[in-house]
Amino acid sequence: MAVERPSAPELPPGEVIAEEDAAPAKPRWTALVAGSSLWIGLILLGLVTAFSIAAPNSFVSVANARNIATDASVLLVMAVGQTFVIITAGIDLSVGSVLVFSGVISAKAMTLVGGNGWGTMLVGLLASLLAGFAWGIFNGFLIAKAKINALIVTLGSFGMALGLALVITGGVDEREVPTKLVDTIGVGRLFSQVPWLVVVAAVVALIAAIALAKTRFGRHTYAIGSNQEASRRAGIAVDRSLMKVYAISGTLAGLAGFMALSRFATTTVSGHSTDNLSTITAVVIGGTSLFGGIGTVLGTVFGVLIPAVLQNGFVIVGIQPFWQQVAIGAVLILAVYLDQLRRNNWQ
Amino acid sequence: MTEPVLEARGIVKNFGRVRALRGTDFTVNEGEIVALVGDNGAGKSTLVKVLAGVQTPDEGEILIDGVPVTIDGPVEARRHGIETVYQDLALAAELDPAANLYLGRETMRGRLLGRLGFIDDRAMRGESERLFAELGVRIQDSSAPVATMSGGQRQGIAVSRAVAWASRIIFMDEPTAALGVVQTRNVLDLIRRVRDRGVAVVLISHNMPEVMDVADRVEVLRLGTRVASFRVADVSMDQIIGAMTGALDSKGAENGS
Repeated sequence: MAVERPSAPELPPGEVIAEEDAAPAKPRWTALVAGSSLWIGLILLGLVTAFSIAAPNSFVSVANARNIATDASVLLVMAVGQTFVIITAGIDLSVGSVLVFSGVISAKAMTLVGGNGWGTMLVGLLASLLAGFAWGIFNGFLIAKAKINALIVTLGSFGMALGLALVITGGVDEREVPTKLVDTIGVGRLFSQVPWLVVVAAVVALIAAIALAKTRFGRHTYAIGSNQEASRRAGIAVDRSLMKVYAISGTLAGLAGFMALSRFATTTVSGHSTDNLSTITAVVIGGTSLFGGIGTVLGTVFGVLIPAVLQNGFVIVGIQPFWQQVAIGAVLILAVYLDQLRRNNWQ
Repeated sequence: MTEPVLEARGIVKNFGRVRALRGTDFTVNEGEIVALVGDNGAGKSTLVKVLAGVQTPDEGEILIDGVPVTIDGPVEARRHGIETVYQDLALAAELDPAANLYLGRETMRGRLLGRLGFIDDRAMRGESERLFAELGVRIQDSSAPVATMSGGQRQGIAVSRAVAWASRIIFMDEPTAALGVVQTRNVLDLIRRVRDRGVAVVLISHNMPEVMDVADRVEVLRLGTRVASFRVADVSMDQIIGAMTGALDSKGAENGS
């Protein structure tokens, strides 16, 4: 979140330090915890194993795996954008509303063009990406250039995007969606096995993971979150990078809007008010630090899948699915605590 | 004598009603260690920020190799071969030493991958390890975040970064303030090694014995102006302190440069 990081305590001047003053050896388990998003992957594996043992016939099936993955795909696309934002020590509360807004714009655009072919769908996709991009740039500009707190800017655009979507639709869901869109992208499958929505989400996550880990843009994203002032002094175009990051988040929310539209054939204006919190939860559970500078897309993938698996598994084994919210809340707090522990271990 | 590598004339910098620099001069010659000393509030840090491009002066002139320049921004300063080791070190604590060394100046991959924005981590890591070894900075695990490292190691990384990129001058703002005895000695050795590579070092320090030990020349600031400039060989610690406090006003000024 956009909080000031307390500066590392300075050693008092003149204190004598031994020659070999490298960081003292740490307990092994904290090193493991601090090491990577490995532990969160293990939790996911543990959950899958537990549910598989509890309900071998219903949980362990291609259909169920497909279900979980499809449910998670729209959220994952948004959570990937949120990962970039949180690594810069920012926050994007607007994602769910941007999804709705983009879906509405996309539906309107397709209605305007008419027809039921690929051309219409392409127009819808572009409209939705563009709408999301516009909100992202709006957020990024106010945060990077006007220096307004990210929490406030995106809380503002959260309300504005949803409000405008309601104004445009008159508060009634847009249901005029090309049937071909639903038949192909919405419920269609690659090789009649993998749902297209899952393919799209996986491709988005893969590209984002590579960009974050291997490119200069990714490196600068981490650097800005780690120490914005140092990044500026190092000559990194901090403002431009931040605007790019929020633009990515907005555009991905736009893509998520198109995906949701394809799946449900309606704009679901009232169905996404907590998407922002869900994505933040997923990102943080995945090991990305709210203080910035740390995080991976792979962690976010796990962070999205854990709530999805829990929800699905609880239903299948006959536990009240409301327990999922309880469990996720607890995991979230644990994740943040572990991040704190890791930072305290550093001097 | 040859042209100074950097010369500042009549630098004025005000912060609201606070007059931090009141028309100060400052000179750095090629391949020397200059200590910039002065009491708290004398304007040392502000002067360094102006010369490093972090702050723009209200008035005054900066010459590099005798040519007037404007240094508006750290990037511009770096283009002139000027690097700064800030007191806060300006390290990204969550990143590893190599990433910090190349922050904002990443080595790109060759050909298409480079054009797509891919960075060459292996090359950067290899080059940093070579540099750390050469400068005697001991890093056990070069893939660990800087945050896990000691004050001395962090200082070493920040200094190494400046050394790696500077061709003319390195400014160091109290590089030993947070360090122990042994680490301080290491940093001072490092400073000498940098000088011996032909790069001038400007050292801000409160520690007089340290200044006498390492510097070739001392420039004294008081109340935002340069009041004296000494060759260390020709001066006693008392004289420097006298100039800093004003007890010895102007006496001996400019005798060295």
